[in-house]
Amino acid sequence: MTLAEAIFLTVITASTPLLLAAIGELVVERAGVLNLGVEGMMIMGAATGVAVAIVTGSSLAGVLAAIAAGMAMAAIFAVLTLGLAANQVASGLSLTIFGLGLSGVVGAPFVGIQREGIGKIPVPFLSEIPVVGPILFRQDPFVYLALALVVGVSWFLWRTRAGLVLRACGENPVSAHALGYPVLRIRLYAVLFGGACAGIAGSYLSLVLTPFWTSGMTAGRGWIALAIVVFASWLPWRALIGAYLFGGLIILQLHAQSAGVRVPSQFLAALPYLITIVALTAIMALRRSGGSVAPQGLGRPFVPDR
Amino acid sequence: MPLVLEKRPAAGAAALILSPLLAVALTLASSIVVFWFLGQDPWRALSVYFLLPVSDFWGIQEVAVKATPLVLIAVGLALCFRSNNWNIGAEGQFLIGAICGGGVAVWTHGWGGPWVLPLMLVAGMAGGAAYAMIPAVLKTRLRVNEILVSLMLVYVAEFLLDWLVRGPWRDPFGFNMPQTVTFAPEATLPVLFDGGRMNLGTVITLVVVAVAAVVMARTVKGFEIKLVGDAPRAARFAGFDDKRLTIAVFAISGALAGLAGVMEAAGTVRQLLPGFSPGYGFTAIIVAFLGRLNPIGCLIAGVFIAITFIGGENAQIILRIPRDMTMVFQGMLLFYVLACDTLILYRVRRVAPARRVPT
Amino acid sequence: MSAPVPLLEAEAITRRFATLVANEAVDLKVMPGEIHALLGENGAGKSTLVKMLYGLLQPDVGRILWRGKEVSLPTPKAARALGVGMVFQHFSLFDALTVAENVALALDETAPLAEVSERIVEVSRAYGLPLEPKREVWRLSVGARQRIEIVRCLMQDPQLLILDEPTSVLTPQECDGLFATLRTIRGEGRAVLYISHKLEEVRGLCEAATILRLGRVVARCDPRAETAGSLARMMVGSNVGEVRRARAEGRAPVRLRVDNLSLASDDPQGTSLRSVSLEVGAGEILGIAGVAGNGQDELFGVLSGEARAPEAGNIVLDGEAVGWSGINARRRKGAAFVPEERLGHAAAPRMPLSDNALVTGHAAGGLARRGFLDRARMLGWVDAVTRAFDVRKGPRDPEAASLSGGNLQKFVVGREILHKPQLLVVSQPTWGVDAGAAMLIRQALIDLAAGGAAVLVISQDLDELFEVTDRMAVIFHGRLSPAYPTGELTREAVGLLMGGEGFAAPREEAA
Repeated sequence: MTLAEAIFLTVITASTPLLLAAIGELVVERAGVLNLGVEGMMIMGAATGVAVAIVTGSSLAGVLAAIAAGMAMAAIFAVLTLGLAANQVASGLSLTIFGLGLSGVVGAPFVGIQREGIGKIPVPFLSEIPVVGPILFRQDPFVYLALALVVGVSWFLWRTRAGLVLRACGENPVSAHALGYPVLRIRLYAVLFGGACAGIAGSYLSLVLTPFWTSGMTAGRGWIALAIVVFASWLPWRALIGAYLFGGLIILQLHAQSAGVRVPSQFLAALPYLITIVALTAIMALRRSGGSVAPQGLGRPFVPDR
Repeated sequence: MPLVLEKRPAAGAAALILSPLLAVALTLASSIVVFWFLGQDPWRALSVYFLLPVSDFWGIQEVAVKATPLVLIAVGLALCFRSNNWNIGAEGQFLIGAICGGGVAVWTHGWGGPWVLPLMLVAGMAGGAAYAMIPAVLKTRLRVNEILVSLMLVYVAEFLLDWLVRGPWRDPFGFNMPQTVTFAPEATLPVLFDGGRMNLGTVITLVVVAVAAVVMARTVKGFEIKLVGDAPRAARFAGFDDKRLTIAVFAISGALAGLAGVMEAAGTVRQLLPGFSPGYGFTAIIVAFLGRLNPIGCLIAGVFIAITFIGGENAQIILRIPRDMTMVFQGMLLFYVLACDTLILYRVRRVAPARRVPT
Repeated sequence: MSAPVPLLEAEAITRRFATLVANEAVDLKVMPGEIHALLGENGAGKSTLVKMLYGLLQPDVGRILWRGKEVSLPTPKAARALGVGMVFQHFSLFDALTVAENVALALDETAPLAEVSERIVEVSRAYGLPLEPKREVWRLSVGARQRIEIVRCLMQDPQLLILDEPTSVLTPQECDGLFATLRTIRGEGRAVLYISHKLEEVRGLCEAATILRLGRVVARCDPRAETAGSLARMMVGSNVGEVRRARAEGRAPVRLRVDNLSLASDDPQGTSLRSVSLEVGAGEILGIAGVAGNGQDELFGVLSGEARAPEAGNIVLDGEAVGWSGINARRRKGAAFVPEERLGHAAAPRMPLSDNALVTGHAAGGLARRGFLDRARMLGWVDAVTRAFDVRKGPRDPEAASLSGGNLQKFVVGREILHKPQLLVVSQPTWGVDAGAAMLIRQALIDLAAGGAAVLVISQDLDELFEVTDRMAVIFHGRLSPAYPTGELTREAVGLLMGGEGFAAPREEAA
């Protein structure tokens, strides 16, 4: 394996949690709900995943537990914002604070316990393709899952009726309700899906990327995932590109650090966050003429009249 | 669905006060369950969290020390949130305030005079305000999401502080520890009572709360802030410039967060070091909501949250409960506050299935 | 021979909301092949009743029969399955989606979009309702949007079609097109339930009518056998008065002049203004007619100062160029404004009336001094408006949203008139307001002009414009026609202008 191949491999690895979380949030926002609690759901996934994997000895059990944890967190958010029509921004923030705290409590007994990460699964034949093969098809299952989700969500949103209904709920919940669609229930499903994705993304951090638990290990990745959704203009394929760009950036920064670039390491570490701001600014400057592409009903509580 | 939400004709005045109290009660009830689950004696745990911190004068001073930055930041955030400007990067503005003010202290170390402290406070406020300008200007010029930008800047500020105290500003006689010199006496806020830690910052904060309360309740500016948040189109109709207001409230909240940062550096910690803030900027968001985005409410809520902060530290020592539990309680409290707020705007109504007329 | 079975029958329907009884023991019978009018003022309970017939609301008491059999309609889907279709007053369309997607959402069976598109084209041909399936809705005119709603109903092959105030957004000519379509539908043996408060069109179109007042059925009749006056009496419950007009002759000095104003809309869905010129003199009421979305919002914005004119001289107020002045600077010069949207624009819904008095009174109205609020004067202002305009409310200072539409409109109009403005620009002064409040507001406008003020009324309601204005102009695609004396105009002439006839408009913008 060449160095370039190795770098690409790590770029994909670094991008995958961002992509998983972003694609989940993309569906949530397409349904008209802004869940700022991605960071909290993600870190709960990370903590629960590693804790269950260590206790049971099974990585699969860990991942399933992470999904359940993400969905449980999302359910709290759903009760507040859908059931009680609470402010979505505030509810998302509190979900993040709650998740950061609770993950610390859940993960406390497991700090520093190292375990073997989930291995790579080469796809037969495809992994033999020169250059592309080893990069794309000799990966861990999460990478395949993330790519499958991009394809699946894209197909779902634009090729199925259920996807059309979900987008309708995000564009104009009042009209969707008037046509007889159960807006709140559809939004609930979307929010739970987002929670599951964030949970998986979290478990990827603690079971694959750095296979142990440290408090606060998501380090803002949930927020970057939110930024990717905006950057991607709510389109799954662009989320893929966005996530891989950010992943590439993180790896670039790590390589620059280890290569001893004469810039303080803190500046390199701050780079992904600064680039996020630059990317958001650039995309808004470009989009200026075209008007808003965000779902029209995004972030507004909907209460069916009776 | 048997239960539905129905808009109330008008918000009940009693509910405005009742709702946060109900939220606190529900949080206490939930924490009893959590303690029981963790195998703790709930009553003992509650007393460690809520009573021990205020059981003597020294403890009360500590509460004031913790409440000061929380209240100061929360008052600024309340102005932002009221006008629908989501500055959630107060933590970053707090750190930049501490860096700017602390930088003055480091720079003047050994040759400063009585002018150092005022200069520090001004530098801290200016730094925090300038840092808050970044999301504000991006929002007003290009409609860039201020939530994400202000939050990303928190991480940037943390790395900046980390670099400064490990690099250029490291105390040369500090045994290579990542920290600055301990500030000279003229660069520190005077304490109010000998032997305690409560300092002038608490008094400044009380003044800020009073001014903010008057502005919000009695002036056209306060009305403008509320109107822009409640009905932006009506605000434009009233002749208010929402972009200028966005800049203004970000500047004010950034300045207040920066002031809190420099006062924390100059009054409480007396040097700069990584992990200098226990997340005041984030906790203040909870304080702002618990205080109903009202300055006086923020004061009360800030004191309450400060108690849980110290309670959390006590619990870690006495009960061996992880300190993260404090955040769990804070998150839970905010959940309940938001849920209870629904009871102000809506009432829950039972829908009876359609009855038939006898035929 | 037994009597024919009604297609739809509602029996003793009662529906309560938190504070009011929206429907009380309402009976309704719609026969097959009939266009049945449901008449009533705003707030009479028409919308509540049809929402129950369409499964959006459930009656508290009462039952619904379909072809003589009792049915329950828990959801709109159930209603559609029976054969009930509905066209909403506020369109239930999704702006960002295409016509075909919008139609597909309303169909109960899943069909590929290509097939849906084909059927749209078929149905739109059959009924003379032209539509392009691939267009995004936000690009379409109001009339085209309504065609989508009707086409998607017809694709369900409904036996009963409910239309909620369908003509309020159409030009007279577009209305004629709609009536022709409805008669075709009736000819196929389908029934139409037609909700309106426009009496003339009901008399021309419908052969049966049920009239609601305050949630109760007050009359049933054949509208062809009634006069507009007798229908109005049944609707309102008393004789509707007419506004008094006393007018001084001769042109007074010009108070407001708009001079060759062009303004590109920054909203991609908005309408740009193109060389608009007009003059309003003291003591005069100028009306601007037009179908919604032809630049009225933009014109109001630039007249009020919420938007800036390209040149200061585009707008001249009492001889002074104010095109670059803000809204409060114009208020200080004696101008006042009432926007179309009551909740959210004219008033902050969740703020008390005293705060809402402050919205327009903080800078020029003396309700604040040196930046500090004068609560006593704010409350006093609310009391004064309440007295002068008969604003009905429970507490002294309730939230704006808790007032009924008519009472809130009286408040927001009264709030301005009490400032004794020299110029009043008002958009849709009586939109969705009960007859009593509408008359009071129109009278207040006439009295204000009689006192020497210039009044500019932007409205889609031709009846209103003919009633109150001295001169009238029509706005179409951002252009303004010359103003003609109202007495010399006919409804037909205005209708043609509203449809764009007579504008030297370049053809490409008439899409």
